[in-house]
Amino acid sequence: MPSNKSVSDAPIVQFTNCRILRDHQLQREDLWVREGKILNPEKLFFDEKGSADVQLDCKDSIIAPGFIDVQINGGFGVDFSLATDDFKSGIDLVSQKILSHGVTSFCPTLVTSPPSVYHQILPQISVRNGGAHGAGILGAHLEGPFISKEKKGAHPEHCLRTFEAGAFQDLLATYGSLDCVQIVTLAPEMRRSSEVIQELTSRGICVSLGHSVANLSQAEEAVQHGATFITHLFNAMLPFHHRDPGIVGLLTSDKIPAGRRVFYGMISDGIHTNPAALRIAHRAHPKGLVLVTDAIAGMGLAPGRHTLGQQVVEIDGLNTYIAGTKTLSGSVATMDTCVRHFQEATGCSVETALEAASLHPAQLLGIEHKKGTLNYDSDADFLMLNDNLYVQATYIAGEEVWRQDASGM
Amino acid sequence: MKLIILENYSQASEWAAKYIRNRIVQFGPGPGRFFTLGLPTGLPRDHPESYHSFMWNNFFKHIDISPENVHILDGNAPDLQAECDAFEEKIKAAGGIELFVGGIGPDGHIAFNEPGSSLVSRTRVKTLAMDTILANARFFDGDLSKVPTMALTVGVGTVMDSREVMILITGAHKAFALYKAIEDGVNHMWTVSAFQQHPNTVFVCDEDATLELKVKTVKYFKGLMLVHNKLVEPLYSMKEMGAERSQSKKPYSD
Repeated sequence: MPSNKSVSDAPIVQFTNCRILRDHQLQREDLWVREGKILNPEKLFFDEKGSADVQLDCKDSIIAPGFIDVQINGGFGVDFSLATDDFKSGIDLVSQKILSHGVTSFCPTLVTSPPSVYHQILPQISVRNGGAHGAGILGAHLEGPFISKEKKGAHPEHCLRTFEAGAFQDLLATYGSLDCVQIVTLAPEMRRSSEVIQELTSRGICVSLGHSVANLSQAEEAVQHGATFITHLFNAMLPFHHRDPGIVGLLTSDKIPAGRRVFYGMISDGIHTNPAALRIAHRAHPKGLVLVTDAIAGMGLAPGRHTLGQQVVEIDGLNTYIAGTKTLSGSVATMDTCVRHFQEATGCSVETALEAASLHPAQLLGIEHKKGTLNYDSDADFLMLNDNLYVQATYIAGEEVWRQDASGM
Repeated sequence: MKLIILENYSQASEWAAKYIRNRIVQFGPGPGRFFTLGLPTGLPRDHPESYHSFMWNNFFKHIDISPENVHILDGNAPDLQAECDAFEEKIKAAGGIELFVGGIGPDGHIAFNEPGSSLVSRTRVKTLAMDTILANARFFDGDLSKVPTMALTVGVGTVMDSREVMILITGAHKAFALYKAIEDGVNHMWTVSAFQQHPNTVFVCDEDATLELKVKTVKYFKGLMLVHNKLVEPLYSMKEMGAERSQSKKPYSD
């Protein structure tokens, strides 16, 4: 059909025979894409008198926004906390490989490390769009070193720090630069954390609470100063107690400032959190749940020993422990596995499971106007999935960047 | 007039759809043009209740129609009367309307030709009757102040110029209007009655819409259904028409 575009000459692609996730529901609608963005077909039809150049039959797939992983420490042998000579090619490798897991944007995460490591690595991370080369990088997630000794988990104790002396200046000196940092995880019970949280928030950096022994009021104060996220809920924090719910209590706290929402990361690999606990959290605060992988270098590789920053971890099936201990350290789960497991464990709808990995992380980072949805004018980062939520194809900016081949690899 | 009485809304819709399909195929595609009737003014084009949105969501997005062949009166045009006049010109340029498909209001209006509209009127701006505003309030969350009060509409005369007219009427609330339209006289207070003077009209309705008609009328037309159903069976298709083009038969006339 001849198209008659007055606004742009770029080709228009119409994805038909699919169900798209829009307005929190799977709707039987076509998806229209032009110049890397989702296009409004009604406007195209009436205002531009345009029509599609290419029509693709999606064979009744589900089309969902691409997944966003805000906590991933590495994978396929690459460790984001290890300052190697070929760090850049490492991050490129991971960003390319996770396309097959449905991840179209991610925050490379660095665990607690000595300042020299941050100074070497951070300048090599840059915010960039995704494409055929790999998933987009939204910015780094710095998990530590300003965390609690009692809840360090897999983080090395000798690298933990406080910012008692110089507050924000200490933090800046430790990291070196905050240019491409998107999220910082810290323990809010540390002295002067409020100023630090305020300063980070004013710079547009998302502050997350984790690896902490804070009680509920300390956590609420942190939220009032700007914190909006909880790092892997339940793990590395005080357990829920009915007279002091701790950080977990933020899910139902009534002291959250109006108009704000607290989000919380969940590693739904079946190991980090018992499904019953996952259900409790989900039911208490469904709109805040953000699926993360917390994947480490061993993800995607055979079982055995791998590094995680300054530590050595051992992988045995889906379990990953600090070598020689029973301390969990990250996971080897992939994002699509987490989405499927979350859906099974909670019995939630397909839409809810998909939104926990796309819409909610986008809302957390304040980018839902361009990522995390299939709304008109959003970036056309999306996935084709079958009914069992297995990713069949990944698209970034409207271009296919990965497809499941027929052999099922 | 042919009065086609089906059991319910779905069946009436399906019969009408099949009839329209057959008529389109017989007409032969090519310079087939489609005009849509009327648009309340003042609604922005992407308002969910605008005719543009309605037609897009319920019709255009499901078919492969070229946007150049869609002509909807633009209620946001700077000069509304000029827009209406241009519409009439476009109809003439396209060779006139082959088949006009419309509904009927509870006050017997066709398009937005409210009671009192001239039976020879053309496309123009029309003030809406309170009945119509009330009927449309449901699309605006029941808020009367949000319902547009004026509409651009094709005139009764414009529709009368079509070669064929099809009116769809379903539901008990339309029954009295149907009675006034076909069993009473031609009257500008019930503008649909104008079609009694059109050579080729089809009324498609469901049982509920016949509630105010004489039993005799209903029985008479139900008796003709065997003949009328030949208009929808067989269902023609574009592929077959190629071969039969030389022998295409005109549809049955009254």
